[in-house]
Amino acid sequence: MFNLIQSNFFDLILIIFYCILIFIPLLLGVVLALYADRKIWAAVQKRRGPNVVGPYGLFQVPADGLKFIFKEIILPDGSDKTVFLIAPIITLALSIAAWAVVPVQAGVVLSNINVGILYIFAISSLGVYGILMAGWSSNSKYPFFGALRSAAQMVSYEVSIGFVIVTVLMCVGSLNLTEIVMAQKTVWFFIPLFPMFIVFFISALAETNRPPFDLPEAESELVAGYQTEYSGMPFVLFMFGEYINILLMCAMTTILFLGGWLPPLDIFPLNAIPGFIWFILKVTLVFYMFAMVKAFVPRYRYDQLMRLGWKVFLPLSLVAVIITSSILFFFELAPGM
Amino acid sequence: MKIIQFIKSFLLIDFAKAYVLAQKYFFKKKATVNYPFEKGKLSPRFRGEHALRRYPSGEERCIGCKLCEAVCPAQAITIETEPRNDGTRRTTRYDIDMVKCIYCGLCEESCPVDAIVQGPNFEFTTETRKELYYSKERLLDNGDRWETAIAENLQADAKYR
Repeated sequence: MFNLIQSNFFDLILIIFYCILIFIPLLLGVVLALYADRKIWAAVQKRRGPNVVGPYGLFQVPADGLKFIFKEIILPDGSDKTVFLIAPIITLALSIAAWAVVPVQAGVVLSNINVGILYIFAISSLGVYGILMAGWSSNSKYPFFGALRSAAQMVSYEVSIGFVIVTVLMCVGSLNLTEIVMAQKTVWFFIPLFPMFIVFFISALAETNRPPFDLPEAESELVAGYQTEYSGMPFVLFMFGEYINILLMCAMTTILFLGGWLPPLDIFPLNAIPGFIWFILKVTLVFYMFAMVKAFVPRYRYDQLMRLGWKVFLPLSLVAVIITSSILFFFELAPGM
Repeated sequence: MKIIQFIKSFLLIDFAKAYVLAQKYFFKKKATVNYPFEKGKLSPRFRGEHALRRYPSGEERCIGCKLCEAVCPAQAITIETEPRNDGTRRTTRYDIDMVKCIYCGLCEESCPVDAIVQGPNFEFTTETRKELYYSKERLLDNGDRWETAIAENLQADAKYR
């Protein structure tokens, strides 16, 4: 009995250590992503972006974070205080939890579960709850509208994301993220499934409330959407959760379509570079596209957003599922055939 | 026409074009002047903070004619004069209320001896209103501090006057 507890205890310590190992780079990634986001946006508009605090303005984000920590946490009079404070914690916790199954290199993953992609899909769907709770508990009209919009938007785009994932899964024959990457040894999936790649990318933008689909926080209409009443630390938690989600979507794009940690060509100087560097490079590339889209696409109107989701992407991805499965069936390309 | 539009939107052609354009702008030279570290070019005619100038001998230029006080549309200038021991008329008081001043430059233009001028300095914010009521000492001090720049600017602009 004692032995069992002891071994479990060491397992627990090991898992906590792994969690920290994931969390610290993630924190660093978010800081860099926020910085890169602002810099890229500025560059496209011929501005300089943050460049005063620290070398090249790199400390701007930590400085902002510090500022938020010292700010007062305002709890609105009419708000449901418990839910109000739980909402950002849920958002952040869920977005971090999803990273538990993301493999950054062959074998380097906290839990290599067989239904990894389902897990991520489930967790990111739960993310809506944080936003809904924030909007509802604020007891104010802008956050409420923001939350409604966000919930509707995330639910609609998850449908097409689901079908896109199904097409990829049909080509792989497994729900395990590591196996999905290994299946791309010969050719990265963004080449045979290019339309799906685009659909997934655009849906990922909508899923993470990024421009041009940032209607939940459209400042010209809703002040800041569901975050309107938040200040200080809870706001930072929301911000972090949002950016970790964005990084997760970048990582998902990388794993599903850009061959994860695999080098572009399996030849000497390229495959000598460790896998996680390839992974980070690809995530950076996808994030760069996320930031660029913010710079050059105007915000969608809400009905346009819904039309795109239900009348374009849903039929498109459905047809793609049918076509892909037929091709896989008739040419006997499907795994296990 | 509608079909072409459909194909265009379906293939995301407009987005691809926008991306190429954005990428071009990404590498362009920045339009921002990095203000506290680098400053934009100012015209010699720039009308900034006021200053009272002196002759190279150290004698103050102002002869107390009160033309500037008279012309000032905002009535920001207050002058009191007295004859000095050597018989010349000099100001005993020369105040400019920088809060009232509208920086029109009429004082500078009306001055027959180029005594009151508006220099190139525009960074004279203060934390209290009081500090913006400039006295004669303050204005003469300004003149001493900015004399080189003011003289250069006056010379550069002289041929257009």
